Amino acid sequence: MTAVQTTRAPAARPPIAPPSLVRASATIVWRNLLHIRRMPEMLLDVTVQSVMFVLLFAYVFGGAIAVRGADYKEFLLPGIMVQTMVFSSAIVAMGLTSDLQKGIVDRFKSLPIPRSAVLVGRSISSLIHSSIGVAVMAVTGLLIGWRIRNGVVDGVLAFLLLLLFGFAVIWLGIWVGSMMRTVEAVQGFMFTVMFPLTFVANTFAPPESMPAWLRTIAEWNPVSAITQACRELWGNGPPAAADAAWPLQNPVAVSIGWSLVLTAIFAPLAVTAFRRRSRD
Amino acid sequence: MNAAPAVEAIDLVKHFDGTRAVDGVSFVVPEGSVLGLLGPNGAGKTTLVRMLTTLSVPTSGTGRVAGFDVVRQPTEVRRSLGLTGQAATVDEILTGRENLKLIGSLYGLPRKYVREATERLFARFDLLDAADRMAKTYSGGMRRRLDLAVSLLAAPPILFLDEPTTGLDPQSRSGLWAVLRELVSEGTTLVLTTQYLEEADQLADEIVVVDKGRVIAAGTPTQLKDQAGRASVVVTLTHAADLERAAELMSSCSQEVHVERGSRRLTAQAGGLGDMTRIAAVFETSGIELDDLGLARPSLDDVFLHLTGRRADAENASNPSTEGVAS
Repeated sequence: MTAVQTTRAPAARPPIAPPSLVRASATIVWRNLLHIRRMPEMLLDVTVQSVMFVLLFAYVFGGAIAVRGADYKEFLLPGIMVQTMVFSSAIVAMGLTSDLQKGIVDRFKSLPIPRSAVLVGRSISSLIHSSIGVAVMAVTGLLIGWRIRNGVVDGVLAFLLLLLFGFAVIWLGIWVGSMMRTVEAVQGFMFTVMFPLTFVANTFAPPESMPAWLRTIAEWNPVSAITQACRELWGNGPPAAADAAWPLQNPVAVSIGWSLVLTAIFAPLAVTAFRRRSRD
Repeated sequence: MNAAPAVEAIDLVKHFDGTRAVDGVSFVVPEGSVLGLLGPNGAGKTTLVRMLTTLSVPTSGTGRVAGFDVVRQPTEVRRSLGLTGQAATVDEILTGRENLKLIGSLYGLPRKYVREATERLFARFDLLDAADRMAKTYSGGMRRRLDLAVSLLAAPPILFLDEPTTGLDPQSRSGLWAVLRELVSEGTTLVLTTQYLEEADQLADEIVVVDKGRVIAAGTPTQLKDQAGRASVVVTLTHAADLERAAELMSSCSQEVHVERGSRRLTAQAGGLGDMTRIAAVFETSGIELDDLGLARPSLDDVFLHLTGRRADAENASNPSTEGVAS
């Protein structure tokens, strides 16, 4: 049957090959990293700000903080790195909310790509973002006297633990980012959560000096386990106090456990919240 | 003729926490035609587009694009359509060219094709000079054109445009209309939402008027105008002093005459050209001087007023035909 039409047929379509999850995510990572390159000030949170923290604590407060059997600068660095990694949850949340708010997520979702690519791409670029921060911290640390003293294998293992923990807290960020409407709201919320989470821990001061109830909270804080693990693997401090809570006695195993538990709790919440936001 | 319509909505419903944003909307868009979804803010137009473009899942009902079900075959639907959202959803930090590279890569298009298509689309949309600038430096009109270029990259046979000219100055608006007409002449099917009655009138073959989630009227622009009322003869006098005598004369030809004193204008309900000729003849013999005499058809604005009892858009509220005072 020949169509009798005066209109011309649409131009021949190019071959569309819907990309795999890996390719689509890689493209979105490329786009997010391009944002960082265009606006290097995006990195201020994990670079200049963190360096300032290092210098403040190492030289301003450090003298007043007594650490049993370790140099305070050595003690401090793993804590700051964990804090930097925890910030990746705020970074992922703000990026996601911004993309949702501006309709970029809608644009991506109108394309024939796996929908999870939006989250995977965002998570990977946030991990890269915080890893840049960790690298800057490491260099800063080396300049002020921090060293990895326990060999390459343990040294690398600590960095892998940091990444694993970063991956776990990213789900928290996706959950928050999917539920909030504005970047400002996300920023306010995340920093309200991040500060107690990273300060009520062994990051900046030994928990032994805290009131008993606070010490218990600090020692069970996942941030403390991962900080203790890094300190021990890098040889930056003594083992936890003999009367410290159980997580700090087995920090490496507990860090891995916490990362898995946090992922198991927040990943389903995050995916559900993102889906719900995406259905409307 | 073509068998399957390009877009089909069958009793689409979308509820948000108890509110019925879309409440049973059906329409059919034949291939190669333009459907205008016309309605005020909050009428449910955007929700309809979001359901048809797989961004939102319908509470009930069926949507088909290029014959594919929007819920069960989303990937096929996404391959068949282009979408230009309400806020131009381009990446502001990327340059114009990078925006197309990004979307091209997400479609899995060959790089060479993307490069060539970018040049072609940018030349067509007058963006070549700005191609390597970040999109945040673009004007509103340029952003819309970039958004459209992005939507057209994979040469979709069906294009959805959600309020494509909202916020544009008149010149950018008519420029965009010209581009859209060109796409239609090439065979692209368009579904566009608009608050501007003029826009629907200018572009659409079929108009579906939605209000509060429901279709309140549908038809060609001409049909809708006929529905709103008959044509009228409009006479503009040279001298205001003649107004009363002219009104009397016109009343002998028509049952209903409106007088607008300020603009020296009289409007009479009329059946068509015959009435106009008779009125013209009456004035010819009366010796009253006229600036203008013509036949006016109701605008879509009148249609909306007629259907809903209120204006579609405050901006369009200055239509002269409503200023009249019945004499």
